Amino acid sequence: MAVIPKFVGERIKRREDPRLITGTGMYVDDVRLPGMLSAVVLRSPHAHAKINSIDLSKARALKGVVCVLSGDDLRDKVGPVPCVAPADHVPYHPVLAQGKVRFVGEGVAVAVASSPYIAQDALDLIDVDYDPLDAVVDPEKALEPGAPVLHEEFGNNSVTFASVPNPAVDEAMRKADKIIKARLVNQRLAPIPMEPRGAVARWDGGYKQLTVWSSTQIPHLLRSQLAEMLKVGENRIRVIAPEVGGGFGCKLNVYAEEALVAHLSMTLGKPVKWIERRRENFAGTTHGRDQITYLEVAALKDGTVTAVKAHFVCDMGAYLQLLTPAIPGFSGLMMTGCYKIPALSFDQQMVFTNKMSTDAYRGAGRPEACYIAERVMDMVAAEFGLDPADVRRKNFIPKEAFPAPTAGGLVYDSGDYELSLNKALEIVGYQKVRAEQEAARKQGRYIGIGIASYVEICGIGPSALLPPKLKGGGWESATIRMEPDCKVTVLTGVSPHGQGQETTFAQIVADELGIDIDDVNVVHGDTAVVQYGIGTFGSRGTTVGGPALMMSVGKLQEKMKKIASTMMEVPPDQLIFTNRTVALASDPSKSIPLQQVVDAAYGYKQPIPGVEPGLDATSFYEPQNCTFPFGTHVAVVEVDPETGVVKFLRYVAVDDCGRILSPLLVEGQVHGGIAQGIAQALYEEVVYDESGQLLTATLMDYAVPKAHMLPRYELSATVTPSPVNVLGVKGVGEAGTIGSTPCVVSAVMDALKPFGIRHIDMPLKPEKVWRAIRDAQQKG
Amino acid sequence: MFPASFEYHRASSVKEALAMLQQYGEDGKILAGGHSLIPMMKLRLAQPAHLVDIGGIRQLASIREEGGKVIIGGLVTHHAVERSDVVRAKLGMLSECAAVIGDTQVRNRGTIGGSLAHADPAADYPAAVLALDGEIKIEGTGGSRVVKADDFFIDLMTTAVQPGEVLTEVAFAPVASGAGFTYLKHRQPASGFAMVGVAALLTLDKKGNCDRVRVGITGLGAKPFRAKAVEAALLGKAPAPAIAAAAAHAADGIDPLSDIHASADFRAELARVYTRRALETAAARAKA
Ligand SMILES: Cc1cc2nc3c(=O)[nH]c(=O)nc-3n(C[C@H](O)[C@H](O)[C@H](O)COP(=O)(O)OP(=O)(O)OC[C@H]3O[C@@H](n4cnc5c(N)ncnc54)[C@H](O)[C@@H]3O)c2cc1C
Repeated sequence: MAVIPKFVGERIKRREDPRLITGTGMYVDDVRLPGMLSAVVLRSPHAHAKINSIDLSKARALKGVVCVLSGDDLRDKVGPVPCVAPADHVPYHPVLAQGKVRFVGEGVAVAVASSPYIAQDALDLIDVDYDPLDAVVDPEKALEPGAPVLHEEFGNNSVTFASVPNPAVDEAMRKADKIIKARLVNQRLAPIPMEPRGAVARWDGGYKQLTVWSSTQIPHLLRSQLAEMLKVGENRIRVIAPEVGGGFGCKLNVYAEEALVAHLSMTLGKPVKWIERRRENFAGTTHGRDQITYLEVAALKDGTVTAVKAHFVCDMGAYLQLLTPAIPGFSGLMMTGCYKIPALSFDQQMVFTNKMSTDAYRGAGRPEACYIAERVMDMVAAEFGLDPADVRRKNFIPKEAFPAPTAGGLVYDSGDYELSLNKALEIVGYQKVRAEQEAARKQGRYIGIGIASYVEICGIGPSALLPPKLKGGGWESATIRMEPDCKVTVLTGVSPHGQGQETTFAQIVADELGIDIDDVNVVHGDTAVVQYGIGTFGSRGTTVGGPALMMSVGKLQEKMKKIASTMMEVPPDQLIFTNRTVALASDPSKSIPLQQVVDAAYGYKQPIPGVEPGLDATSFYEPQNCTFPFGTHVAVVEVDPETGVVKFLRYVAVDDCGRILSPLLVEGQVHGGIAQGIAQALYEEVVYDESGQLLTATLMDYAVPKAHMLPRYELSATVTPSPVNVLGVKGVGEAGTIGSTPCVVSAVMDALKPFGIRHIDMPLKPEKVWRAIRDAQQKG
Repeated sequence: MFPASFEYHRASSVKEALAMLQQYGEDGKILAGGHSLIPMMKLRLAQPAHLVDIGGIRQLASIREEGGKVIIGGLVTHHAVERSDVVRAKLGMLSECAAVIGDTQVRNRGTIGGSLAHADPAADYPAAVLALDGEIKIEGTGGSRVVKADDFFIDLMTTAVQPGEVLTEVAFAPVASGAGFTYLKHRQPASGFAMVGVAALLTLDKKGNCDRVRVGITGLGAKPFRAKAVEAALLGKAPAPAIAAAAAHAADGIDPLSDIHASADFRAELARVYTRRALETAAARAKA
């Protein structure tokens, strides 16, 4: 019999890919049910307007139209769109606008018809009488007296003001050699999953059972929220997240349309489908970032940073989605980055504007934090004429200091930041590249070298760190079931949508049970099948879902060992699982086939004292701390001074996500992450004009980078296991996004150093770079 | 994206297409590759009641040589232009241009007739067709006429093609041997269309002076144009010293477009820089 190899640590191809690339995966839009109706939502063309009246009569009269509703028809019928994060002002957020619209794209009415074409025709027949109001899109202007107020009941546009003061900061400022000030902007971004959102609902009146297929990252949390919005028991709702074509945080949410299709199906008695169009996705799916930071940095001549003080203005948009006001907190807490900056204080003013809500987007608060920390290091280097690598070394938390408490009140689990910096610089050939840069400058070519050392926070737990009103916590669940034929089913509470846990979890289980990877089936994303779970976001899938799985694997092993021990007449602790057998650890040739143990558990013809029949185990894992992946990215770019175009020459990324279970998947996550981070640095920006019109509402205007706009990645890793969990993993879903943005900005600024340019706000589009150079030349 | 309802008709000859267009009048629209029209229909920015698909008229899909000219049918795809041996040998700039339109899918569906008739101000072909002095054949129920590229582009998305007419072919005189040329574009980062695109072609006389210069520019203004001031500034001169000064005229007299991707200022600067670079490449490739 062939020996079954080990899988963890091997470059295994994703097991989910064959069905995805052959078109046999099932997405929400592939759900086709008998009698299914289509819903299409009419959206506000105004950023801010009073609704005087809505005439639905013509739309209702159109042939093929089943029903047309506006916000008023849903009053008291469907609860508001929830926000579970604390804020001083949480506005009522109806599923369809009532009396007023507050951003372009807000739902105003819904038409349901036998086809989406007819439903769309019906929308054209709806007559809405609006009184346009002044809109405010700039969060700083929204705070000024006299600014248009979005939610009159609050009297102004403040969502919350949160402050984390620290008197030590003022002390450090007094003693500093220099106080460096800056205003940094993390522009608004659109997450742009390849698959937009979508939902299908089917109410089965006989069974009193609601099934909702939704493109979501959080099937169970969605079920809990839908139960509240619809006043249906959670035991009567089944949420299925089928194939989900990317989320990046924007599907870590509960949206109006999900409740809307459910309500429609319950009232019409037929399945109802709503599929988001790309334009709606731009206008009505949560955005990310949109933070302005005013910084004061206390620094000593030798490059030591002694304190950071920050004032944030955070644009929340018009309403608060599930976690909207919780995101900026991470930017504040993680702002000291990899550095032993002793004093930190910050305050955050969160603001309503006439725009779509912001919420989690890949990195959620940490890209902003890392951008701030890394700009600080570069500014200090520039101020004192020091090498940016040396300034980082000077300030790094040393590896001996872990677990390391931070000025933000967190405890970093493990790290070796200097190792990662040194490795990245070695790969890029730092001294050589610096020499090339010097030589190029003499020829009038502008090469820049950018460095970003990042640390971020994943697998957020313990549960007390999550918003009190969130139905779930920071834990995760897993069930493992050894089926009678010796094949294994894993039910995980995480909801992978590109992360690849069908592969990683199968690798883990196969190794632990000595079986083949093909013997393991990982099931997720169906609340009727899987025990309550939290879902996938914040790089928690393997970091929190993995340890939960390990707990269940342990329980199953224990039971199987007990059974085998009676069959083999050896103590259970001397047994191991290998090659589809249970074997004696000291002499694996003494073994019995795993199948015999399974038969004993299921057949149970000979009762085993103290052992119940069957073979499954469920666990809920509560993490005791978060994990803190880190790394260093180095970019070498060349700026064309005539056009402002930035060209990549090199891109080196050294990431440390703790123990690497699946190298290929880790690289994939890093690749995509870097692409999205570079997108923020150079290309992407959600643009509203002053009246609140969305100018980037299509992919012809919103610049998601294509392959030719990205560098060739040179990836490497260091491995510093996390002591927080048994797997030693830290998470890698967002790392690439976090390290790359400041790295690229740093490189461009380094290239522009001869012009005396120190800062340009992102995205560093050719025109901005060109203008900065021209202005500098005119001054100089 | 759900277009308004429409009726679909497939024409098997130009004559049939013209008859259909006459029948449906204002409600009819030609469908070629669909890569400009269908996106607009999906957004309901265009709502033609009748689509007349000319995709089946095979004689419009060929490239042939006739009377010393290279004739490209209106239905020839960007991909076919890019790969055609004849076009590569005799109109190298046009295949260079076709190769940088959109992506593979777009090039496999989009047609030269559709691109020219649609006249998106950021489309690539128009710059090359202007620089190559293309002649565009338009057929209507009353017969056919030929319009020179210089006279073809009228305004933003407006050309000499009238409603009810079909652009059937574009004819070009082969590029003189020894001519140097290139098409250089600055891509709008989201759409990939030309933020500015410059088609430059020049030939040198025995002394090495420019005796023919053609510069077509797209993306800068509401319509593509020939940069005649640039051409004039270079004519009769040795390229190397004169190109920089000549290229400085690239945006002369043009009211540049301005949008979230590039202001008018920056577009004009790009036009000057890309014109200089395109002319430098063309000069380097030209043989006296
Ligand atoms: C994603 C994407 C990227 C693109 N990128 C680029 C780019 O980088 N550069 C670029 O130049 N273009 C680009 N395009 C546009 C592409 O080249 C189109 O194919 C082209 O503009 C139109 O050609 P078509 O055959 O698809 O025309 P259609 O869409 O079928 O028609 C366009 C218009 O022209 C009319 N028409 C078509 N054929 C004729 C004819 N023979 N006679 C009279 N009228 C006619 C139609 O009635 C319609 O009004 C892109 C398109 C897409 C979808």
